[in-house]
Amino acid sequence: MPFSIPKEEYMMSGHTACAGCGATLAMRYVMKAMGENTVVTVPASCWAVIPGNYPNTALKVPFIYTPFASTGATISGIREALDEEGKEDYNVVGFAGDGGTADIGLQALSAAMERGHNVFYIMYDNEAYMNTGIQRSSSTPFGAWTTTTPVGKDRVYKRENKKVVADLMMAQKVPYVATASIAFPEDLIRKIQNAKKIKGPKFIQILSPCPPGWYFNAENTVKIARLAVETRIFPLYEYAEGKFALYKNPNPLPVEKYLEIQGRFNHLSPEEIRTIQENVNRRWEELLEREKGKVIP
Amino acid sequence: MVLVPTAYAPSSNNKTSSWRTTRPVIDYSKCTRCMICWKFCPDVAIGVTFGEKLDYPNERFSKLEAPFINYDYCKGCGICASECPFDAIDMVQESEM
Amino acid sequence: MRAINKNWSIMTGNEAVALATKLAGVKFVSAYPITPQTAIVEKIAEMVANEKMDAKFIEVESEHSAMASVMGSELAGVRSFTASSSHGILYMHEMLNWVAGMRLPILMAVVNRSIGPPWNIWADHSDTMTQRDTGWMQLYGESNQEAMDTIILGYKLAENKDILLPIMVMQDAFTLSHTSEPVEIRDEEKVREFVGEFNLPFKIDINKPMGYGSLMPPDGPFMELKMDMKKSMYSGVNKFIEITKEFNETFDANFPGPVEGFMMDDADYALITLGSISSTAKHVVRNLRNQGKKVGLLRILLYRPFPKDLVINYLRGLKGFGVVDRSSTYGPFGSLYMDVISSIYGKLDIPAANFIAGLGGRDLRVVDFEEMFMRIMEGEDGEIWINAGVK
Repeated sequence: MPFSIPKEEYMMSGHTACAGCGATLAMRYVMKAMGENTVVTVPASCWAVIPGNYPNTALKVPFIYTPFASTGATISGIREALDEEGKEDYNVVGFAGDGGTADIGLQALSAAMERGHNVFYIMYDNEAYMNTGIQRSSSTPFGAWTTTTPVGKDRVYKRENKKVVADLMMAQKVPYVATASIAFPEDLIRKIQNAKKIKGPKFIQILSPCPPGWYFNAENTVKIARLAVETRIFPLYEYAEGKFALYKNPNPLPVEKYLEIQGRFNHLSPEEIRTIQENVNRRWEELLEREKGKVIP
Repeated sequence: MVLVPTAYAPSSNNKTSSWRTTRPVIDYSKCTRCMICWKFCPDVAIGVTFGEKLDYPNERFSKLEAPFINYDYCKGCGICASECPFDAIDMVQESEM
Repeated sequence: MRAINKNWSIMTGNEAVALATKLAGVKFVSAYPITPQTAIVEKIAEMVANEKMDAKFIEVESEHSAMASVMGSELAGVRSFTASSSHGILYMHEMLNWVAGMRLPILMAVVNRSIGPPWNIWADHSDTMTQRDTGWMQLYGESNQEAMDTIILGYKLAENKDILLPIMVMQDAFTLSHTSEPVEIRDEEKVREFVGEFNLPFKIDINKPMGYGSLMPPDGPFMELKMDMKKSMYSGVNKFIEITKEFNETFDANFPGPVEGFMMDDADYALITLGSISSTAKHVVRNLRNQGKKVGLLRILLYRPFPKDLVINYLRGLKGFGVVDRSSTYGPFGSLYMDVISSIYGKLDIPAANFIAGLGGRDLRVVDFEEMFMRIMEGEDGEIWINAGVK
C-alpha cells in the first residue's frame, strides 16, 4: 500500500511528551515535509521539554532552544547567516506554541514576517500555555476552562474570542499563510510543500489538541482535531501570494459534537453553545466572502 | 576547549514503555495494512515490517508491508486503536499481559 | 618603525565603532536605534548599501530581537555585531545572559547612557553596570581611537578558543560618541589577519545535529558549565595582555591593555576611573604633579574580568586612593569601589574613598577632581557624592 505521507522519520521515539500529544504529531509531520536540511528553533514551550533532559535530543536535525519572545528574531539571524555561508537551501523553521506566538512572541513574529526573511514560522496551537500548566493565551477559544480562566462561581471561563494569528498574518500580507490540523497530515504536508516553493516568510498554524489541557482521553486527539474542522470551528485555509482558498467541507457538524467530548467546555449552557455556533457561522460567512475576493478588514 | 551547553544523544535512549497502563494489540486477521495507525502515532512507536509471516484478512494482503507496535516506546495513548477503520486494534490492560 | 604610512581621520566615536566593524570583517549586523548609538547603525547601513562593507544588515524591531537575531547568526557561524545603550541593553538583558551561556563571542558596542526615570540621554555607566554579571566581558574606552581599537581587540579576545564569551565595549554618550577626535584607521588587511577567521567549534551543522541549550536538571553539568564560564573569563586578563602586545606590535600602537597606570610609579595618592572622565582626571594629575603633589591615576579598561592582581600591584604603597563610580548601586558602595576593595581585602590596608559622580551626564570638571584628590589626601573614606546635593 503506498504511504499517503513521506515514510522517512526525522523525529525519534523516547521523547517525553504526554501520551496522545497533538504537538508531537505536528512536529512529526512538519519534519517529514521539511527533510534533513533543516534547522529548528523552539522557544519556551512544550516542545522545549518534549525532547527530554540534556543530553537527549528528539530530532535528527540541529535543534536550538531560545528564550520565550525571540523565535521570530532568532530565525531571522540564522537565515541571514546561513545565506551568507551559501547555505540558502537549508530550511529555517521557528516552531513555537500559541503562547510564544500570539502573546509574547507576536512582536518578533510580525517583524520577521515584515522584513521578508525566507523562513518558516510554525505555530502549533494547543490553545493555552500548556507547558506551564494550562494557562490561557490569546489563542484560547471562547468558553474554555483554563487555570487562569477557571469557571468558578462567577463563571469566568474565557470570555474573549480566539485571536487567530493566521488571520493577522494575512492582514500583514505574508506571502504564505495557512491553517492546518493534525488530523489531516496529507493536507499539512502538501501545504508545507507548497510553501517551500515561495522564497519569503511563511506562516502555518496547526491545531494540536492537548489531552490534559483540553480534558479528554488521549485516544481522541486525532478525532478532536478532525471534529474541529468538520464543525468549522477551526477552518482550514491556504493563502498564497494574495489568493485565498478555503476548504469547504460538505456536511458541517454542529459545534456540540466538538465541545461535548472536551472537559474544558462541559460547564457551558445551551445558550452559550448557541453563541459559539453563531460565532462559527459568522466567521464561516466572512471566510467565504474573503474567498470571493471581498476583503475583510 | 570550553564547556558548551550543546549535546547529542538520541532520545531513543529513553524507553517510555513504563508509561502505559494499556497496550494496543493488532489483530492481523483484520488488519488491511492501511497504515493509518502508523500515520497517527505521536511516539513513532508503530513501525513498518514485512507482513509475510503475519496473519491476514485475505490472501491479497499477505505480501503488503504491515504495521507493528514497538512496545519499547508505546505509551498506550490508544490513538491507533481509536483511528483504525477496521477495529483491528484492541487496547489490553498491561496487568493482563 | 615610526615612519609608516598611517591613515588618519577626524571622526566621532560612533563612526570609529562602525568603521572598526568593517575592518574586523563583521558579516552580520542587526540593531535597533537608540540615542546616542544611532549613528553607529546608520553608518554601518550606509557602508553596506554602498558596498564598502561586505555584510548583511537588518534593522529589527527591538533590542531583545537584535540580540536574538545576532545569537542566531553567530550560532550559524558568522561573525556578528550589534550596538545599543541604556534602556536598550536593559531590554535585552534576558538575551545577554542567554548569549553568554551559549558561549557565543558576539561583540556589542554600548554607548553608556543613564537609565530613567527621569528620561536622560547623557553619559553615565549605570546601564552597563547593571549588566556586569551577565557573563559578558566589559571594556571601557577613553577615546575614539580606543572605540575603534577595542572592537578589533575584542573580536580577537572573544573568539579565542579558550574564552568564547561575548564582550561589550563602551564609549561615553556624546563625549565620545558624538565628539570628533583624530583616529588612526587601522589597516584593514592587517586587521583581518590579526583577528583571523571565525570558526565556531559547535556551529549549526546538519551533519552534527545537536540540541543547543537543552533542559538540564540539577544533576546535569549546570554548575560545571557556569564554572567553566568563570574560568574562561578570568583567563581573559592574561590573554588580553598578550593580545594587546601583539596589537601594539602589529599596528605600532599604544593600547595600554587591561589597565593604564598614569604617573603611578611613585604616587602616594591615586584615583581609579573608568571611561572618558579619565582624560580630565589625567589633566588634574599633571597639574597637581607640577605643584609637587605625588598623585597618579589608575584607569581601568577591562572591567570584566576584573584585573584584580594588576590593581593590587598598582595600589601597593599608596597612602590613600579614591574610586570614581559613574553609577550608583544600592549596596553599601559603588560597584567599581566594591570590586577594588574586595580585591585588596586582607592584602592591602589603605584608606579609600568612593566618589559617586557624573550621573545623568553631569560633567566631571577639573574642580571636581581637585576636590577628590584633596579629600583622599586628607584621608577621607566612605561614599561621597561629588557635585551633587543641596546647593
